[in-house]
Amino acid sequence: MRQALAILLMVIALPLSAVQPDEVLDDPVLEQRARDLSKGLRCLVCQNESIDESEAPLARDLRLLVRERLVGGDSDSQAIDFIVDRYGEYVLLRPTVTGSNWLLWAAGPLMLLLASAIGFGYLRTRQGASEPEVVALSDTEKNRLAELLKDE
Amino acid sequence: MITELGHFVLILAFLIAIVQAVVPLIGAHKHWYGWMAVAEPAAKMQFLFTAFAFAALTYAFVTSDFSLRLVWLNSHSAKPMLYKVSGVWGNHEGSMLLWVLILTLFGACAAWFGDNLPPTLRARVLAIQSSVAVAFFAFILFTSNPFLRLAVPPFDGQDLNPLLQDPGLAFHPPFLYLGYVGLSMAFSFAVAALLEGRVDAAWARWVRPWTLAAWVFLTIGIGLGSWWAYYELGWGGFWFWDPVENASFMPWLLAAALLHSAIVVEKRESLKSWTILLAILAFGFSLIGTFIVRSGLLTSVHAFANDPERGVFILMILAFFTGGALILFAMRASTMEAKGVFSVVSRESALVSNNILLAVSCFVVFVGTLWPMFAEMFFDRKLSVGPPFFNMAFTPFMIALGLILPIGSTLAWKRGKIGRAVHQMRYVFGLALALALLVWVMQTGRSLMGPLGLFLGAWVVFGAALDLWMRAQRKLDRLLRLPRADWGKAVAHAGLGVTMFGIAGLLAWQVEDIRVAKIDEPFTVGQFELELKGVKRVQGPNYLSTMGDVILRQDGVDIALLNPEKRNYPVAQMPTTEAAIDYRFLRDVYVVIGDPQQGGGWTLRTYIKPLANWIWAGTLLMALGGFLSLSDRRFRVAAGARKRRETHVPAQ
Repeated sequence: MRQALAILLMVIALPLSAVQPDEVLDDPVLEQRARDLSKGLRCLVCQNESIDESEAPLARDLRLLVRERLVGGDSDSQAIDFIVDRYGEYVLLRPTVTGSNWLLWAAGPLMLLLASAIGFGYLRTRQGASEPEVVALSDTEKNRLAELLKDE
Repeated sequence: MITELGHFVLILAFLIAIVQAVVPLIGAHKHWYGWMAVAEPAAKMQFLFTAFAFAALTYAFVTSDFSLRLVWLNSHSAKPMLYKVSGVWGNHEGSMLLWVLILTLFGACAAWFGDNLPPTLRARVLAIQSSVAVAFFAFILFTSNPFLRLAVPPFDGQDLNPLLQDPGLAFHPPFLYLGYVGLSMAFSFAVAALLEGRVDAAWARWVRPWTLAAWVFLTIGIGLGSWWAYYELGWGGFWFWDPVENASFMPWLLAAALLHSAIVVEKRESLKSWTILLAILAFGFSLIGTFIVRSGLLTSVHAFANDPERGVFILMILAFFTGGALILFAMRASTMEAKGVFSVVSRESALVSNNILLAVSCFVVFVGTLWPMFAEMFFDRKLSVGPPFFNMAFTPFMIALGLILPIGSTLAWKRGKIGRAVHQMRYVFGLALALALLVWVMQTGRSLMGPLGLFLGAWVVFGAALDLWMRAQRKLDRLLRLPRADWGKAVAHAGLGVTMFGIAGLLAWQVEDIRVAKIDEPFTVGQFELELKGVKRVQGPNYLSTMGDVILRQDGVDIALLNPEKRNYPVAQMPTTEAAIDYRFLRDVYVVIGDPQQGGGWTLRTYIKPLANWIWAGTLLMALGGFLSLSDRRFRVAAGARKRRETHVPAQ
């Protein structure tokens, strides 16, 4: 029993690499779809890895699940919905544009508009500005200049 | 004994830092020259003492002194010497000591090379720099002391994380920190200028080399990290949009923006308050990066020593310095008046566009990185923001940046003519387009991403070349006599183009093959033939390796013997994969070995990665461009004085 446990532990500790040859589907089109979907799904026990890249056993289970759904005739979105229903939106590496998430997606474009408006306004004022008068050197500056010239 | 001395000296450095943060500031305010003069020797002493403390810690690692808790946790007697040394910064406490060492190094450099600064400005810069050091000395001494002893020293250590036992990663943190912390100089100059109430061309000229140096180091550091990820993590990705990667990328983007806006301050005395704001934010983002890595707030592959207490301490440092500087900025920004007058079509405007794109892209990365936290705190949603988001939201800004770069960098100052600039670029445009079309014709039925990326890369690279050629007024002999700053600009811009080239090529044309390879049975991937000849066990210094012999053939000729490995580090109980890569100019062949299969044979993963090297070649070019610029005579203090003598004497 103890020995069996030790062997089991060894097997668990063995690193499984990402997509295994036995997972690959025979139909290349289906396989490509499965790969694309896998790249957008997060491995739940890893730190910021997709299931396509992850070596964790759970990621393998999810990869097999995705393939199973696709072989069963699911469309891409049906397969994704199936997984999101079970694991929550946390598995999606690409957040949906729903609810408060529109703020995330719009943050860049909105900021660009704002920055461009401010930038353009600034440029307009610079264009219309008059050349400043040349101000004479202050006393400290004159002293410093004299000092510098003395060096030479 | 040496360890205790190191600890003691670190406390002394802390005390010196406190003095240096207070006395020169009062001196500068009251114009007491004696008080201001304290800053210089204090900065040098502070650096020397911190260097001694760092050396003491390194000594403990090199001699494997396991009575030191940190050495016991992160080292092992069988570890190769290189990693004993790099183990010093391969952990939280040691890396903080390296951080503060570099902080004091920059302070000391400002004291050594700052002779031409006005005395009050120099005193203030050194005082601000030292106040940052005070915070980090306190952080080390009160929450992360590297010099703690163990009552009962164990026989051997627990070894360093095997992923970190790698030459690429050994030097990744020092470069990254040189970059992060180098931005503290820009910060100190910005705050000092706010205190002085004066920002002018001279200020920009002083601050630029420091920013440039920081940016160059950050570029090298990020490049090394990305290269490491490419060959070590086993599937050849080069960028993962991981929170910690983003933490280093945000300061890089802002430092790049700062470099360009400081040019406008120097040449045209405009964009002053924006430049000051950027300098504050760039360092602020360095601190945010430190906070992200060390607080455990965001989980990531690299995060070490997650400890809420430390996180709160760094958050306080962040709030104090960034918040304080921003309040000061709000009070003083109105005194900084722009002087230069220029039209909407001008080099100045092009640089403003550059700044908008870089700053907004940094904002996108920032929002994306912190969004999971916001969403959980305010909307009660647990979600992830991963690479697909960043690729979609960030890439358009870089494309826009690449498109305007060649035109913007040749526009005239003050009043440019867009038609003229476009006209000058017509051949470059044609050449880039022809290249893209050629590639589009050659590849059949693939995405447009490859040709588009090639167009953009070629447009930037040839644009930089034409810029240089025009600077030399189309004469070959003048080309070599151009100032190094001109060369630096062209080389760095071309580097960006080369990196875009590489990224586009790798993403668009990568070929992947996963299979069970039987011994002595050749198989083809793309235009290559591979054959697994055998798998052997190899004993390394502190690991066991399973190593495959794979022959790579092209057109029936053996071109390389590849040895992909799987290593197991028994002490750390962790496996790593070591990909075998045949590096060539136009492509890499990347082979990873997996597990033995039941029916015989081994899992073998083969990738053909076109233009992969170009990503890092471009990074190196960017860094090289920065160095060239830095070595320009205008920045060299002594040479500057010499030049003044040559040119100004007749005018006298």
